Parts: sequence; C-alpha cells; structure tokens
Amino acid sequence: MSFEALKRDSDKRWLDLTTGTKPWIRVSSVMCCGTSLESEEIVSVIANYIEKNKMLINIDTVGCHGICYAGPIIDILYKGQPRIFWGNVTKDNVVKILDSYIKKGEVLTDNLLGSLGERSIDGIKKIDDLPGINLQNRIALRNSGNIAFNDIFQYIANGGFEGLHKAVTKMSSDEVISEVKNSGLRGRGGAAFPTGLKWSFMSNSKGVKYILCNCEEGDPGAYNDKGILESDPYTLIEGMAIAGYATKSTNGYVFIRHGHDGPIERTKEAINQAYENGLLGKNIFGSDFSFDIEVSLTGDSYVAGEETALMESIEGKSARPRSRPPFPAAYGVWGKPSTINNVKSLAYVSEIIRNGSEWFKSIGTESSSGTAIVCLSGDILNPGMYEVEMGISIKDVVEKIGGGIPNGRKLKMLQTGGPLGGVLGPDSLKVKIDFDEMAKAGAILGSGGIIIVDDRTCAVDLTKSLVAFCQYESCGKCFPCRLGMTHLLEIVEKISKGKGNLNDLDLMNKIGKNMQAGSLCGHGQLGYNPISSALKHFQSDFESCMDGNCPTGSCNERQIVFPENTRPSSWQTIKEN
Amino acid sequence: MSALKNINNEYILDILENQDHTTVTILSSLLSVQDGIGFLPKNAIKVVADFVNVTTNDVWGVASYYLNFRFDPPGKHTIEICWGPSCHVNGASKLQSSVLEKFKLKNQGDTSDGKFTLKFNTCLGACPQAPMISINHKLSGKMNSLKLLKMLDKLK
Ligand SMILES: Cc1cc2nc3c(=O)[nH]c(=O)nc-3n(C[C@H](O)[C@H](O)[C@H](O)COP(=O)(O)O)c2cc1C
Ligand code: SF4
Ligand code: FES
Ligand code: FES
Repeated sequence: MSFEALKRDSDKRWLDLTTGTKPWIRVSSVMCCGTSLESEEIVSVIANYIEKNKMLINIDTVGCHGICYAGPIIDILYKGQPRIFWGNVTKDNVVKILDSYIKKGEVLTDNLLGSLGERSIDGIKKIDDLPGINLQNRIALRNSGNIAFNDIFQYIANGGFEGLHKAVTKMSSDEVISEVKNSGLRGRGGAAFPTGLKWSFMSNSKGVKYILCNCEEGDPGAYNDKGILESDPYTLIEGMAIAGYATKSTNGYVFIRHGHDGPIERTKEAINQAYENGLLGKNIFGSDFSFDIEVSLTGDSYVAGEETALMESIEGKSARPRSRPPFPAAYGVWGKPSTINNVKSLAYVSEIIRNGSEWFKSIGTESSSGTAIVCLSGDILNPGMYEVEMGISIKDVVEKIGGGIPNGRKLKMLQTGGPLGGVLGPDSLKVKIDFDEMAKAGAILGSGGIIIVDDRTCAVDLTKSLVAFCQYESCGKCFPCRLGMTHLLEIVEKISKGKGNLNDLDLMNKIGKNMQAGSLCGHGQLGYNPISSALKHFQSDFESCMDGNCPTGSCNERQIVFPENTRPSSWQTIKEN
Repeated sequence: MSALKNINNEYILDILENQDHTTVTILSSLLSVQDGIGFLPKNAIKVVADFVNVTTNDVWGVASYYLNFRFDPPGKHTIEICWGPSCHVNGASKLQSSVLEKFKLKNQGDTSDGKFTLKFNTCLGACPQAPMISINHKLSGKMNSLKLLKMLDKLK
C-alpha cells in the first residue's frame, strides 16, 4: 500500500474511533502506574463487563499520562462529549464508573480527574487545571496515553511516519543531518552531545552500518525511556529509521535490559507492525533505502548503558567498555560503523523533520532546545513523568508540577541525572532545567531523573546509597574505579556509623581525583560526583555524623543491606584488611 | 542446593535452538536458558559453548559477569526488593530487614526450605510508586512491611 493510502485508511479508522457511535475506553497501563498497581486486572474486568452486557465498545490499552500519582487511569470518549478521566481506579470501582457513564450518562464524581477537550462539561473541571498537565509541552510523549501502544494506524493517523516519508522522499541524507543539527537537539542519554553532529561523524563507508538505541536505563529514578517504549514505541522506530536514512545505515538495534517485559514486548510488536506495512525492511516507500530493526536484550549490568560496553553486550560478551579510539562511528558493534543514541533523543527526531528544525529550536532555551522529560520521585506529592520545556525553573517543576513536599516537610536535597550525577541543595531551586545551567550548578540533567529528598534524610545516608550503587555496578575492568569505589564506600559507611574524621574527607578527595584521571569510562570518571556534590552543600552533615550525631538519625534508622557484587573484583581483599 | 544441577543436554539444546532472539550470541543463549529453566545448570555452559562455537571459558566469563545469572535452582517464589535511592528514602531498608528476618537470611539468597529466593534490585523501574518490590516478576508499589509480609504469607 502506498503511504498516502495507508494514511487515508488510518484517518478513517481514527475518525471511527473518535466520532463513531461506540464509546472508546482507554486504560493507561505501563510498568509504573499500571502493571505495578492493577491496571491489567482492570482491563480484564472491563473486557468481562463488555462481554456480559453484550455492548459495542472500543477498548484500548494506552501508555502513560505522566501523572503517576493518579494511576491507574481510565478515560471514556462517548457521544461527542469531551474525554472524561478517572484516576486511582481499581478493579472494584471500575464497573461502577462504566455503568453510570455508559448506561445512564452520569459522571461518577468519585475518583473523577476531569475532562479533556476544547469544550467543558458543566460541573466537571477540566483536566488541564491539574498540577502537571498545564505546564507540560508534550513532543516526545505527544501520543502517550492517547493512542493504543499496539495499533500502528492510530500512530499514523496522528502524523506518524510523515517525518520518515518526508525525509526519504523529499530530502537527501545530508539535508536530514543539517536539519537535526539546526534544531539544536542534544543527546538525552547523559552527555548532551549534539545529535546532528554525532550523526555527521558516521563513516561514509559502504556496507553494513548500525543505529543503536540505548534503552538500558539503569539510572534509579529515571523511567522515561521505558515509558516511551511502553507508551508509543512507534515514535522511536520512526526516529531510528530517520537516523538510519541520515547516516546511510542498514540496521538498528533497540537495546533493553532483559526482564522489562512491557517495553520489550511492546517494542517487538511495533517493529512487526512497521514491517507489515512496509515502513521497515526493503525499499521503504519504494526508495532504495532499506532498514532493519531488531531488539537486543542485555543482562543486569548498569555499565552496559555506556556506549562501548553496550556494543560488547550486543555481541553477547560481558558489558565492559572498550578503549577509544577507535570510535564507534568508525568501528562499533561487530566492527562496523555505529551511531548510538538514547531513546528520548531519537523520539524527537520524527517531529523535528515533520515540523522543521526552526519549530523545535523555538522551544526551550538557546543552548538546550526542546523539552526535557523529567521523572520526579522520592519525597514529592505528585511523582510522575512530565515533559516540560527547557528553561523552566527546578522550583516550578518541584512545586507547581510536583505539588511540593508532602506532610509539611522541607526540601533538603535534589538528586539529579542518575547516581553519577550529583546532589543539589534547596538553593538550587532557582536553577533552570537546561543542560548548561544545571552543569554550572554542579549537577547534570542527564536522562531527567530528579529524586526529591526531604529533611528526614541525612546527606551521608543518601550519599551512601548512591556510592553503594556505583560500587555494586562497577564492571571491574580498571582498578581506579573498581578499588576506588570500594574504598569510597568503606569510608562513607564508616562516617555514617559515627566513626571517621576530617582526614577521611581528604582521602576521599584523593581517591576521587585518581578515579577521574585513571578510569576508562564515565562510571569511574564520574564516580566521585555523588560525594563531592554532597560535600559541597552538606559538609556539616558529614561532620556531625563523624561525631556520632547523625543530624536526622536516618543513618542509624535505615540500615541498607547491600547485595554483594559477584563480579570478579578484589573488593573482598580490601574488606578483610 | 549449592550443587550445580544437571539438566538433560537435549532439553537445553532445544531451548537454544528455539530462542526468541534474532541475533544469537553467548548472552542471548544464556538468557534463554535461564528464562527456560530458572538457572544455568552446569552442563549448560558446555552446551552453550558448543552451540555458539566458543570456549567454555568465554561462556563462564559472561555468565559470571551479569548479575542476573544464577547457578542453582531458585526458590519456588522470587521476591525482589528495590534498594535504589528513590526507594531508599521511602523506607526500602525496613522492607529488607523485615523480610530478612522472616526468611532467617543475612543477605539476598535462598531460604533453606527452597521456598523463597530473595533478591535486592537496584531499580525496578517504577520509582514513583516507591518503595517497590516484585513477587515472581509482578511489580507492586507503595509497599510497607506489614503488607509485604501478608503477601508473602499468602504464597503457597
Ligand atoms: C556508566 C554509564 C552508563 C550509561 N547508561 C546509559 C543509559 O542507560 N542510557 C543512555 O541512553 N545512555 C547511557 N549512558 C550514556 C551513553 O554512553 C551514551 O552517551 C548515550 O547513550 C548517547 O546517547 P545520546 O547522544 O542520545 O545522549 C551511560 C554512560 C555511562 C558512562
Ligand atoms: S571506569 Fe569502572 S565501569 Fe568503567 S571500565 Fe573502568 S571499572 Fe569498568
Ligand atoms: S504513570 Fe506514567 S510513568 Fe508512572
Ligand atoms: S529506585 Fe526503586 S524502583 Fe527505581
């Protein structure tokens, strides 16, 4: 089928869904809000209900609305009325909601979130007034919560694959790269490297070349990559295909940690549907561009998310980083030229091509264009995954969107950009969400995780959990990181137990400097960050703990039991000394 | 349960041949065996080595690197508790200590009756619902010790 015909067909189906006579129920279900609560059970309760009542109803499972605190969420579109949303739905109250709305036209006010649509309904507030909805500008997440994760026609009806079609039929590879360069898109995986520039490094050699999409997402506190794959895997697939066209690549891998069944299964299904409709595979849109994508699974290893370790892992080996040069653009996976991007970076690409780079550049700030998908968790009233324009202050994100700290407590720390990122204090609320501004403040935006911590937690306690993570996840290839992390953890543990003295701070600083200078990859190079940033803002917590007076008592109360790392390393020998 | 149990070679080979991975590697093969059997039996190392055409040394290297692989049968139920920072500040260590006490364990591992395997995970990927646990791969959020112990008691 030609793309035009596919589009006509999709539009017709969409029109049927949205303006037809049947109610359309959408149940939001992703790992976070859904499967971890009970949305799967809710879907089957609704299915039973439909069957029992012999009703003609469309039901779809959709992705995330971002407002995790309200999950599981369902909404109904019926009889030309605006979409009506209910939150914190359970398998016990869902039938009541359906019964009263579909049978009697009455909107049950228990659990009601509000309505969405241009028109409003008397007596029902609009969902746009909810914290976290009106300050968002959803680009990468534009379809998330709105389309079924497993229906490519719904994606196409909403502008899907227009970007790829435009690129392949109307633009040269170089033009696509210039467009992405001009958009100012920077990598969302951690290092914020300009995406278009990275693509332009790709070797011009003929033959097999790879686009690698990084969804390892091991950072505790970040779940937006998995969120995209579960909510709208098509936008990633389209972005990868455009990246493939731009770099004249032939193959793509989506790299996901095993066991995350939601993202894995949904991505695989979306890839299959794209093949069935000629949007992947040979001669896409009748051009001479062919592109294949497959899913590659990795085992439990945080460092597998590092770009060269990822390549080792795809090849089926231990995920230990390679030394560079050679760089991936010349010698990547299976020795072939490879470009690696994060899920979010690629998820923007289709809209950038479809709407033009000027449009994207007009959103956000001078140095960081577009949006950031922030994941709020920890001590926050409204945890969730929110797509906000770059340039918004952290204060607005925490207070307006996140609803602030619950139970009248005070904000103490913000942990951003994953365990290797850094810890900020309350004085950084004025800092803007922006790659450069956050780096200046001593933290990174990284992949967008923000863990909010209130005044019940001692800085030493939080630092200990971050350092323990970094120690546990060291791949063990180089000793400054392997031994350094272990030594740092020992010292932080000692301090948290009321021992230690000021010399220990100097010692940690020395170890940190050595790790930075001598480690092969970012894990060891940045491994001292959690400690140095915590010391910058909260040295007094460290000093009190050394005197046996943990300022909040959390060091004594929360005794984490660290699992032992079974990777071959010499940490046991240090412990015994 | 520390002995490396053997499972019929043919059975393992069958898993390897039918693995749901497009590109077959040492890692994809080990993941399939563990998914299929629950652990890596000792003879699987050799079977995988022959199947992928590498040495047993290569296979051991990969199997010992990724922390999800285990070499003896897991308990009947696998309980995972997240100790990542979002869960930590929301009380993960309390969950750890109450389950450790119930299971009479000092750290992650298997209970002596073979009923439970306890694992500590660095992030279960649903941090907004912290503290997170999973029971037999099903995630549950906003957990507390009382609720968790009740859930464990219900497992047969
Ligand atoms: C220890 C370590 C872990 C990493 N983990 C991830 C990850 O889980 N996901 C990711 O996209 N990037 C991760 N990165 C960054 C990648 O190496 C790489 O820079 C990124 O995927 C490039 O994509 P981008 O240019 O789109 O940002 C990690 C880096 C290091 C040093
Ligand atoms: S710095 Fe750490 S994680 Fe990176 S290669 Fe060295 S040991 Fe491995
Ligand atoms: S509700 Fe969407 S990520 Fe949690
Ligand atoms: S930190 Fe516990 S689920 Fe992410």
